[in-house]
Amino acid sequence: MAPTRFLIPLGIFIAVAAFLFKGLSLDPKEVPSPLIGKAAPEFSLPILNASDTRFANVDMADKIWLLNVFASWCGPCLDEHPIIVNFARSAAVPILGFNYKDRPQAASQWLDRHGDPYDQVVVDLDGRIGLDYGVYGVPETFLIDREGIIRYKKIGPLTQADVSKDILPLIKELSE
Amino acid sequence: MVPEIGHFAVILALCVAMAQAFFSLVGATRGYVNWMAVSRPSAYILFFLTSFGFCCLVISFLTNDFSVLNVASNSNSQLPWPYRLAASWGSHEGSLLLWVLMLSGWMAAVARFSKGLPNDMLSLILGVMALVAIGFYSFLLLTSNPFDRLLPPAMDGRDLNPLLQDPGMVIHPPMLYMGYVGFSVVFAFAIAALISGRLDTTWARWSRPWTTIAWAFLTIGIALGSWWAYYELGWGGWWFWDPVENASFMPWLCGTALMHSLLVTEKRGSFKVWTVLLAIITFSLSLLGTFLVRSGVLTSVHAFATDPERGVFILGFLVFVVGASLILFAWRAPKVGLGGRFDLVSRESALLANNVLLVVAAASVLLGTLYPLFLDALGLGKISVGPPYFDAVFIPIMAPAMFLMGIGPISRWKKSSVPDLAAKLKWAFVISIISASILPFTMGGWSLFVSFGLLLALWITLAGLVNLWTRLEQMSKGDGRTLWTSLLSLPNSYYGMLCAHLGVAVFVVGVTLVGGYEVEKDVKMSLGNTVTIGDYTIRLDALEELEGPNYTGVEGTMTILVDGEEVDQMFPQKRLYTVQQMAMTEAAIDTGFTRDLYISLGEPLSDGSWVVRVYLKPFVDWIWGGAFLMALGGVLAVSDRRYRKASEVSSSPEEVTTST
Repeated sequence: MAPTRFLIPLGIFIAVAAFLFKGLSLDPKEVPSPLIGKAAPEFSLPILNASDTRFANVDMADKIWLLNVFASWCGPCLDEHPIIVNFARSAAVPILGFNYKDRPQAASQWLDRHGDPYDQVVVDLDGRIGLDYGVYGVPETFLIDREGIIRYKKIGPLTQADVSKDILPLIKELSE
Repeated sequence: MVPEIGHFAVILALCVAMAQAFFSLVGATRGYVNWMAVSRPSAYILFFLTSFGFCCLVISFLTNDFSVLNVASNSNSQLPWPYRLAASWGSHEGSLLLWVLMLSGWMAAVARFSKGLPNDMLSLILGVMALVAIGFYSFLLLTSNPFDRLLPPAMDGRDLNPLLQDPGMVIHPPMLYMGYVGFSVVFAFAIAALISGRLDTTWARWSRPWTTIAWAFLTIGIALGSWWAYYELGWGGWWFWDPVENASFMPWLCGTALMHSLLVTEKRGSFKVWTVLLAIITFSLSLLGTFLVRSGVLTSVHAFATDPERGVFILGFLVFVVGASLILFAWRAPKVGLGGRFDLVSRESALLANNVLLVVAAASVLLGTLYPLFLDALGLGKISVGPPYFDAVFIPIMAPAMFLMGIGPISRWKKSSVPDLAAKLKWAFVISIISASILPFTMGGWSLFVSFGLLLALWITLAGLVNLWTRLEQMSKGDGRTLWTSLLSLPNSYYGMLCAHLGVAVFVVGVTLVGGYEVEKDVKMSLGNTVTIGDYTIRLDALEELEGPNYTGVEGTMTILVDGEEVDQMFPQKRLYTVQQMAMTEAAIDTGFTRDLYISLGEPLSDGSWVVRVYLKPFVDWIWGGAFLMALGGVLAVSDRRYRKASEVSSSPEEVTTST
């Protein structure tokens, strides 16, 4: 009986532990979006508090811009809000607020109370355009380049690290 | 002041554990009697200090001390007091304190109930447990202090996660942890046996009741968690193959294998190496579960808030404990001799096959759980492994194990003969086949899945009855005892085995019939509308505003009609917990022996009507009833009188489940 076979459990365990260690530095929540690298779905939506004017993504042609999905009913949006406000101050690129399945009045009040970082806010009352963008967890953020291609997507609240490590370098790269 | 005293008590506990580990382990290996004498009292002190610390945390929660970070994050002044109590273990920090409380409790129990153990063995066991304790106390104190202050104090707390505000959740974690941590006892026994080289039947005999009782707690804990998911999440499912569920299920599978393997090691002296490895694996999987839940390497609905520092700590600890144990195993195991020989057809073979199947099942669950992580780590993309994989892999592995459950207990040790077994079991087999093929027709349609599930359940039950009958027959032949005195004289552990196996059958019936005949309807309902499901007609009579202590909501009044007559009223709720702004579905469930009627309110629609989800779930409560019977079987087995005569180690124990 070869004593080495008693080492098999140890070997298996070491392999599993190595993977677990690697796993610590990975983020399972970071799901690559099938939309990345594809053209941003087209829309033409009413502007908040001015429902007879509409805004379409062709209005952003030749610009790098950020699309931020938010709603007044969404708690994590409030957590993320200061980051967006900060980002707007740096005025790297325009930000479009995408008000998702919300009452327009509640959305206006929410922006009045917490500050409005957006260049424009469009209203997606029934969430139909949100569906095109694959929105399933509010807040979500998209970075779209000059050709209208989605370059980055984050599901869930943005963090300062997302902005400084991912978004700003990407903007810099895209604007060159 | 109270939190600081609690914190101090836990620091003292860590010091005690360090002293205990040192004196017990060195004392036992060098044979210093005075040093070994430290181990027992220090286990009591450890338990006392940890209980004291735990009470301090509970007091902070009950008195709404929002200057404690943990209380401010997980409680609220409006929260009813039983939930404030449960909130003490609702967070990562609090649950870790509960974990060490359980561990010290098990250590005290080992110290108290192991009078018959030789002193050096007891010292080794408590020393190993103290090493495990040092790891967890340091983890608690260094990365997850539940007593941290918050300055300035919060005005009010952020409330307990509404999902956890539920009676099932109050007792689920303590039960689950009792099971998880309980396996540390048998792990320590195994390590102590490896160190001392005394891997004998005494070791197996001592390990068995501890394994069984930990297993029973784990069974109850898992069942409560599943029951909670069923009525609280509002989807009507009872098992989701979520990583956290799997984390508790893997130790359960290995623990089940361990219980059976210990039986062979005690009775026949075989499988020693295998048993000791299983003991190590079972506890390692408990530790792995802790790691998975708290490190954030996998996504899950019930993972705790995570941070990488904690992940590194637990992983390091895991590597130390499991790595050291497996090295010890690789070093010592080759010297262990083989036990008694046995034939291909024997109870040993049946139990070995059952063991292999259970371990393969656990390995496939482990693979499915970690597979997304493996691929991600190798840069091969992100995937998620869901129920289709687990159902496809798990059921074919468990089905033969269940078939063996009928044969194993009735076959003889060492050598059994096929004709003899066939003669005993042929009627059980024939009746099972016939009933299982016919029964589905009476229940609303034949399907292979249902028929096969019923076959397994009937087979387990009937084979159990045959087993009981054969034994009674032999006893009355042997000394002419009456049926009644024979029934009374059978040992509790035998009834425990029958009860637990019957529990598996009951569980299988539940799973099969829910899977086969469940009816689900999603309907839009306004006041006065009705929906018909099975024999029941459900009418929405009223929708009223609801005001709870820490939530507001809507309650529907549903009248249940059978043949046009009102038989019952049910009240599903949709709650909005005001502090966390979280909507919760409180399903209304009418529980019955043969079916559950399950109504949950979905979303309100713009025209004032509601989406209502109605389920008719046949025999669903048998799932948890079965788990309860399994756990009861475990308790019965431990209550056997041979364990109460703990001091008479040398006396030969009764043959527990033999058929001769």
